[in-house]
Amino acid sequence: MQTNTVVPLSSSRRFVLTRLHSLAGLIPLGLFLVQHLMGNALAIFGSEKYDEHVQFMLSLPFLLFLEIGFIALPLLFHAIYGIYLSFISKPNAHVYQYKRNISFLLQRVTGIITFIFVIYHVWAVRISPVISGTEVNHQLVGEHLANPFMMAFYIAGVLSTTYHFANGISTALITWGITVGPASQKTVRNICFGIFVALAALGIGSLISFVS
Amino acid sequence: MAAADIKLRIKRKDAEDDAFYWEEFNIPFRKNMNVISALMEIQKNPVNAQGEKVRSVAWEYNCLEEVCGACSMKINGKVRQACSTLVDRLEQPIVLEPMETFPVEKDLVVNRDRMFSALKKIKGWIPIDGTYPMGAGPLISSDDQQEAYKYSTCMTCGCCLEACPNVNSGSPFIGPQALGQTKYFNMHPTGAQQKNHRLEVIVSEEGIANCGNSQNCVQVCPKEIPLTTAIAELNKDANRYALRSWLKR
Repeated sequence: MQTNTVVPLSSSRRFVLTRLHSLAGLIPLGLFLVQHLMGNALAIFGSEKYDEHVQFMLSLPFLLFLEIGFIALPLLFHAIYGIYLSFISKPNAHVYQYKRNISFLLQRVTGIITFIFVIYHVWAVRISPVISGTEVNHQLVGEHLANPFMMAFYIAGVLSTTYHFANGISTALITWGITVGPASQKTVRNICFGIFVALAALGIGSLISFVS
Repeated sequence: MAAADIKLRIKRKDAEDDAFYWEEFNIPFRKNMNVISALMEIQKNPVNAQGEKVRSVAWEYNCLEEVCGACSMKINGKVRQACSTLVDRLEQPIVLEPMETFPVEKDLVVNRDRMFSALKKIKGWIPIDGTYPMGAGPLISSDDQQEAYKYSTCMTCGCCLEACPNVNSGSPFIGPQALGQTKYFNMHPTGAQQKNHRLEVIVSEEGIANCGNSQNCVQVCPKEIPLTTAIAELNKDANRYALRSWLKR
């Protein structure tokens, strides 16, 4: 009846991938997002401050390595695995209209919007300027955002990225077994909503400062 | 038809391989009627809203007091127990559908086998005998008993699997019921001897990695079992177990 050794039943690949997915979202991507929003917020204090920051970022040693290893690879893994996870779930928030279930749906929707936004964003202000040899500065971003459709797209991108990140913190704390009971989970959920509001306000404020 | 009559709209199926069809029934209302007694009215007089005599509606029930788990079905779209659902608190027509997550055998009857095989996979029992006497088990504190009691009330009804967006034909997920029971048997001092065997299932392809934290399970559970607490605790155990067994390799 009882066996003395634990025989692995099947691969734990999915388990490891979901934990790496959570970790990638929190550590490299989450930290980068906060740094990026803070850096861009310098635009609120004038174009010189912003241009100075851009020059500083571009002067970082091993920049390409940092961009690929710390941002691009975790981002692609997090996005592609996340899209796979979205498509094997069957959201039912129209029937079971509970707060967490609506967040479950929003997490998947904002994930996909964020991915589309980020692809465009990286192309428009990072890859394309490098190819054409244009300098990225306050003026270039300001011209870019002068188009109201582009502004609306960027606001949507900022809202979905910050929601995805803030809600992701609250579920990551469950995935890592830190918030166990319903009361602590609720407290964290409220704090994370505050984080979403603060980061979204910071991001949208910076965007508007480019055109005003 | 008297004004107090109630309308039922039922999603039916004659046999496992047949197609679904909808049928409406009007039945006389009685005070304190629940969905089971409404279905019993159809059994008494299997005549549909068009006045045709039809095969009476098949469904499962045993205890009639929300402890057996057999009468789970979708009532006005949401999964719940037919026995504890009072008819006068529902909007009409009352729409009854079989659960979608399980294979439908006939009308509202589904096959809940996947949950019982899940219990076998997670070794949902306490090993009290072997090839030698195992002696008396250790005492369990009353706090632990109180906590374990909630999980012991699981009646394998399937509501949590039905409401979970991640339990579906495209996903290997074993479901919240098995996760709750894993926590239950792991917290028992004798059951804990097989903790690692159970965690091996939890970190596998069909395990806890499939949970997406929609937390519908805990909302729909008729027994109010703290399934999400069990899941968060198991996350911690599974993370430690996976890391330790990888480091030991």
